[in-house]
Amino acid sequence: MSGGTFLGMPAFPEAAAAAVRDTRLRGNLRHATGTIRAKRARAVAELPDWAGLRAAGAAIKDRTLRHLDHYLERLEEAVTAAGGTVHWAADAAEANRIVTQLVRATGESEVVKVKSMATQEIGLNQALEAAGIRAYETDLAELIVQLGDDLPSHILVPAIHRNRGEIRDIFRSEMGRWGRPAPEDLSEEPAELAEAARLHLREKFLRAKVGISGANFMVAETGTLVVVESEGNGRMCLTLPETLISVVGIEKVVPTWRDLEVFLQLLPRSSTAERMNPYTSMWTGAADAEGADGPRDFHLVLLDNGRTDALADTVGRQALRCIRCSACLNVCPVYERAGGHAYGSAYPGPIGAILTPQLRGTVTELDASLPYASSLCGACYEVCPVAIDIPQVLVHLRERVVEGGEATVRGRRTTIRPARGHAAERAAMRAARWVFEHPAALRAGQRLASRTRRLHPRRLPGPGRAWTASRELPEVPAESFRDWWLRERGNGSGGRKGREDQTDQTGQAEQTERAGRAEGGGDR
Amino acid sequence: MSDRETVLGRIRGALRDVPRSETPDDVPVPREYARARLPSGTGAAGALTGLLAENLADYRAVVHRTGEDGLPLLLCRLLATRGSATVLVPPGLPPHWLKAADPVRVHDRAASTARELDSVDSVVTGCAVAIAETGTIVLDGGPGQGRRRITLIPDHHICVVRAPGQVVASVPEALERLAPARPLTWISGPSATSDIELDRVEGVHGPRTLEVVLVEDPAPEGGGAG
Amino acid sequence: MRVALFVTCVTDTLYPGTGRATLAVLERLGVEVDFPLAQSCCGQPQFNTGYRRETEPLVRRFAEVFRGYDHIVTPSGSCAAMVRENHPRIAARAFGGRRADEVAGAASRTYELSEFLVDVLGVTDVGAYYPHTVTYHPTCHGLRTLGLGDRPRRLLENVRGLELVELPGARECCGFGGTFAVKNAAVSAAMGADKARGIEGTGAEAVCAVDNSCLMHIGGTLARRGSAVRPVHLAEILASTDGGTATDGTAGGTAGGTREAAR
Repeated sequence: MSGGTFLGMPAFPEAAAAAVRDTRLRGNLRHATGTIRAKRARAVAELPDWAGLRAAGAAIKDRTLRHLDHYLERLEEAVTAAGGTVHWAADAAEANRIVTQLVRATGESEVVKVKSMATQEIGLNQALEAAGIRAYETDLAELIVQLGDDLPSHILVPAIHRNRGEIRDIFRSEMGRWGRPAPEDLSEEPAELAEAARLHLREKFLRAKVGISGANFMVAETGTLVVVESEGNGRMCLTLPETLISVVGIEKVVPTWRDLEVFLQLLPRSSTAERMNPYTSMWTGAADAEGADGPRDFHLVLLDNGRTDALADTVGRQALRCIRCSACLNVCPVYERAGGHAYGSAYPGPIGAILTPQLRGTVTELDASLPYASSLCGACYEVCPVAIDIPQVLVHLRERVVEGGEATVRGRRTTIRPARGHAAERAAMRAARWVFEHPAALRAGQRLASRTRRLHPRRLPGPGRAWTASRELPEVPAESFRDWWLRERGNGSGGRKGREDQTDQTGQAEQTERAGRAEGGGDR
Repeated sequence: MSDRETVLGRIRGALRDVPRSETPDDVPVPREYARARLPSGTGAAGALTGLLAENLADYRAVVHRTGEDGLPLLLCRLLATRGSATVLVPPGLPPHWLKAADPVRVHDRAASTARELDSVDSVVTGCAVAIAETGTIVLDGGPGQGRRRITLIPDHHICVVRAPGQVVASVPEALERLAPARPLTWISGPSATSDIELDRVEGVHGPRTLEVVLVEDPAPEGGGAG
Repeated sequence: MRVALFVTCVTDTLYPGTGRATLAVLERLGVEVDFPLAQSCCGQPQFNTGYRRETEPLVRRFAEVFRGYDHIVTPSGSCAAMVRENHPRIAARAFGGRRADEVAGAASRTYELSEFLVDVLGVTDVGAYYPHTVTYHPTCHGLRTLGLGDRPRRLLENVRGLELVELPGARECCGFGGTFAVKNAAVSAAMGADKARGIEGTGAEAVCAVDNSCLMHIGGTLARRGSAVRPVHLAEILASTDGGTATDGTAGGTAGGTREAAR
């Protein structure tokens, strides 16, 4: 169901720990994300009405999602009327089957591809390969990933984990096996690397008969698809082939042509930190004659693959607003150190941590670990151009992991059980809650800790080692604040509500107070 | 059940929290953002054109400004400086634009293959609209603009923009002028990539040189040129 | 004006000096402060780890304990954020009705210390004296959820003798994140180390923040690195005067603050 390439990966903490030790990777990520963060902030600051655009973007997406069936049917009508063919795919297997059949029908055995998250998500390249069809990635970063037999690690820049020197090495050793080789004397100058990619791919563009793309937006009202890009590889794939197949998630639809005015301002500034990206292509349906402008055959494959399960979750639904700008990745301190591969999916970073467990569920150890791949610092929410409250959804999904409950899986309402491996934590949380409900017990515990404080080890065994491996433990004070207050101010005058266990659960509270007194009594 | 019915059924099931009586328009969309950050209109034309030139140049487009009379000679000079032997001419390009130009004119025909286009040195087109705030030119395949591929395959693109007539301030104003049914290409500077260390490098698959010629009409009466 | 101190479980148990300092600052400004003994924890550790059901009784308890107070002041940005942002949501879903209203009411009356000083009391100079070089780390929930803005800085800038130095990358998370610190210990430690390096690079004697939980992580990391930089809570700086500390005097009372863990 997922892009097969990510299968069998370890849970996030283990993969992240390995990435943290990779100093070159950390250097590459720090450099790249640091560069883009400052630039994004400048590009956004240029628009005094950014907050208004952001609110409008979120609202347009919410309107769309609340009436998604309506807009998809309108889109289908408009695309069909413009000469395109619309296909529906409930899951990855169906989408791959549709695309494979469409390519086979052309008689071609190779296709050129524009970078597309949806096709990465469904593992289309592997499916095509199994059918004897070679898919050439044409985005520079995707090319680097494909030539390096690697996995993407970023939404916008899949090869962000590679620096220029590594890219040069990959081009020199691998390009020749896929087509035109890189020049012998290729340097690591970015302009030379780009030139090598230009020459390598041009022959593929010029002979391509089938192009495969995703889309950034689909306009329900007009049937128009929009692809936002920089290099021109998108334009090549969208205009030169005779057949164009676009695989697009159902949440990419927007209601009206006018709505693009919001997203075409939000996306480039959030994504590449530009006022506008170099190229944006918009097309509606298929060309109506041989030699007219663009492909004569246009197929749109509308992809669900778990999106309707996310839609069914009223808190998690907002993840479907995502326009794949990657601003949340670039600003995330966890992503910067863990790298994209640790997220084990086509969608890394904060958005991946809330999207993947909704698209794939929380059954595997990896998927159940993703909602915890965040310190909840909120930097992602702050930069999100469609105001997805990522921390809120993370906490919501953590609840699903440890408490289970109602969720929709493949369209069916299901009660899911708490994930395994949280029993000790659950017991600890329960115990802590009990103590916090009974402050006399809390005080007793504090006193016990204070009395024994000279005996506390500096390094903890077991799970506590995770703290003391890199940090000293705080020293326990001689007296808690609570005890100090009782001693100094507590005699009658201190605290209008002098009794610790004063709550409405009287019976339980009294019981605990007795327990508290009994335990604390030794002190007096 | 077809996948179409499956997906639509799942969507309807997922949206049980949405009241049946709710229509899409019941979901409010606040539009508290600017239609444009610079005023449009006659008085502001000069400022708009200036901003367009500035933003085009900021993304490494080469900007030239001329009057209607100076256009043929300017185009001749730009093509000569480039050393172009051939220039692609889209249908409907005003013939006098290239009357002084030396290169061999190649007319784009439906039968022209991508490989044929790949051997042409330069292309000259007009545009549908240009956006000052973002430094963007938009081509819609209308007269003088041609098929999308002709401004993609040659390595040198000269685009002529009429100012102030074709210049708008903002993205919202541009969308108002464009017809969605036409194939549209929005161009902001030459082809570029941020794929190497998230730093921008110009020049990948599209034209590596973009020259924009702003042809300024004489200012109408009462209108300042900025 | 009936003001209650919500000291938070971390400060109560591990950093009582911060509690006494908070009290001292408020009392110096003429505020009468009560400490309801039935208080405990806002439920943040449970809630942020996914244990919403374990959080619900603590949410209810908070509203009951602090019923009747005009203002609830806490020396923690993240606990204030938990109460203000999440308590109403949790209560609306779990209880509804009057009880949810009561929770929302308590939430709206809850202030982080610097907010209370600047917004409610209208004070930015609390008469403190702290002759040290200090750098300020804005903790995430104070910065982004509460929107504390420059309130803590304005308070620090008015402390006599204090030299405030900029912390590079100040807005980046220190890597604490509650249970994140142990669930993703490697990433947390890497973030903490980067934060510690940034702090050391400023040459400051102390790093100040409005959250003892983050300071516990930052301070623990600094100490493990053998750094001499002290973690110090904002309240402790504000409580310091040229007579030493203005707290109860039990904590040593040097100008270095009353922080016991810093010894």
